[in-house]
Amino acid sequence: MAAPMVTCRKCRYLLHFAHEHLDFRLAELKSVAGLFNIPVSVPTDSQLQNPFVVVDLPNEEAARKIASRTILVKSLFELWAKGSTYEELFSDLRNLPKHFTETYRNGSFCIRLTSFNKQLSMVEKIRRIETLLDGNVAFDGKMNLKHPDNNFHLLEYYGANQVEPSEHPITIYFGRWIADGQRENIKTYHLQNRKFIGNTSMDATLGFIMANMGQVKPNSVVFDPFVGTGSLLIAGAHHGAYVMGTDIDYKLLHSRGRSSRTGQKWRRPDENIYENLRQYNLSHRFLDCLVADASQHSLWRQQPLFDAIVTDPPYGIREATNRVGTTKESVKISEDHKADHVPSKVNYHLSDILKDLLNFAAKYLTLHGRLTFWLPVYRPDYVDEHIPRHSCLHLVANSEQILNSKISRRLVTMEKVKEFDGELADESATMPQDPYQGGTFREKYFTPNSKAPHERPRAARTTAARSACLAGDTTDGRRHAKTMRSEKQDDLTKRTDVVSMASSSVADT
Amino acid sequence: MKLLTHNMLTSSIIKGVKKGFPLGIAATDIKVSEVDFNPDFIKKMIPKLEWSAICEAAESIGHLDGLPKELAPDYETDEDFLKKAHHVIMEVEIKEGDLICPETGRKFPIKNGIPNMLLKEDEV
Repeated sequence: MAAPMVTCRKCRYLLHFAHEHLDFRLAELKSVAGLFNIPVSVPTDSQLQNPFVVVDLPNEEAARKIASRTILVKSLFELWAKGSTYEELFSDLRNLPKHFTETYRNGSFCIRLTSFNKQLSMVEKIRRIETLLDGNVAFDGKMNLKHPDNNFHLLEYYGANQVEPSEHPITIYFGRWIADGQRENIKTYHLQNRKFIGNTSMDATLGFIMANMGQVKPNSVVFDPFVGTGSLLIAGAHHGAYVMGTDIDYKLLHSRGRSSRTGQKWRRPDENIYENLRQYNLSHRFLDCLVADASQHSLWRQQPLFDAIVTDPPYGIREATNRVGTTKESVKISEDHKADHVPSKVNYHLSDILKDLLNFAAKYLTLHGRLTFWLPVYRPDYVDEHIPRHSCLHLVANSEQILNSKISRRLVTMEKVKEFDGELADESATMPQDPYQGGTFREKYFTPNSKAPHERPRAARTTAARSACLAGDTTDGRRHAKTMRSEKQDDLTKRTDVVSMASSSVADT
Repeated sequence: MKLLTHNMLTSSIIKGVKKGFPLGIAATDIKVSEVDFNPDFIKKMIPKLEWSAICEAAESIGHLDGLPKELAPDYETDEDFLKKAHHVIMEVEIKEGDLICPETGRKFPIKNGIPNMLLKEDEV
């Protein structure tokens, strides 16, 4: 029995996840492991509340690779022992095969303690570490808190119930620290310091999650057909991809029009996607951005051109869903008028946008390339049949970000598993059930809440009001927008991502 | 706009246009800017490109810059060639001008290095 224990122990690693975007944590881990061809067995419960997850990995190198990409993993440890009480932990630790302790016996070391869902005093922490060192684990080296050769951690889990945390830890882990995840990037790429932002710029964390779900690799080509301010290209470029995008909004790509920043009326000439990449020393990863209509696929030469398509299509809430067209019977634009004419646009139904996106991905993704996009969802109605399908694309992941009690958005990831053959009749995207049937997502979004306004949580109210003013396409909205602007109450982050605000308010409660 | 991008675009979004490739280029402002050379990326991109169209476009704007018109079988190991290819597809940029549909003559203006590929509402 002893031999299999060793091999089993040898590959146990402990992941300490950040406690946010719960539904994305294991999906991201799986995707990143897949990117490096690392076999990993992931718990099946995707809504796992415990931020400490034990996984089997082939070796330390694999663990380091995973930490080099994940944004939702805080730290990664080689698991030495685990128990539901300290007695159990210590007995597990004493049974640890010798080669674990021998390698690290003589180096300088430090032991830290992390607790989830309970604040421990310094005295309590020190007492625990002293007990641990009192015959339970043997280190001959010196303790060095600043530059130790080896870092060890005790991690205590007090359950996920924030109102009533468990009195005693439910699970205790002890392990050797191997690496931290990529949480630093959240600060480095924070929207607050980004040169060019818009109403719907994706926050850095989600941008990095998307690049990981898309398995963006170095030297690949990443494309965003609804590029906006290019926030999704930045995460791709950070991971070594070359990036490209299109948007129907001429003014946006040409640094014109109203700024989304508080206290600034118009965009400055250098507020563009190229400058955003340059800000992070990624300008050599920029290919091009074009003014184009995403519904016109034949703009691109028939050939699998892109390795990943990572995008956030407009939902019609804060960005309009448009394509070039007219509702008039016949239009003729004179030749001399043509040069400066801005074409009129018609509404582009959200389900058509999504089906078109799948058709585009089927044609233009390289084989095994990935499509990652957001799908806005009216939660009471949601069923899996709302996810569009295509015979060339295989659904890989579908994670929910809850925005309020009724609205969420789902990050859908698909892999191209079959080359597109235009001859076949069934090679066109379908939506088994159209969630936006009989109305737009916008109409559902603005359906009055059953509760009276004063009963609703404050954050939800301001979110709705802000969305209304940012959408700005009704007279009412515009008037609203003016008053809101004059109040100048929005700070930058709130302004840029209503969604992130809504989600944090969910997390707070 | 880089010549790499030009090689990916067609004008077959226009009604009646069959191939719409390659688009003609009438450039009034061309800028050559240095981009970090990454041989692995160039090697990866070349099979995705229509090589004759790259050379044709580069020549038409006077920037063939010594690039061979035929792809040698051993191009992947030819560093000098990869550098030249990198220069032409990544560093030569059309800042101002027009892209021209080879079949209808319809122009797509490029301003500030950004092509406007939108059709007018009477064209869709």
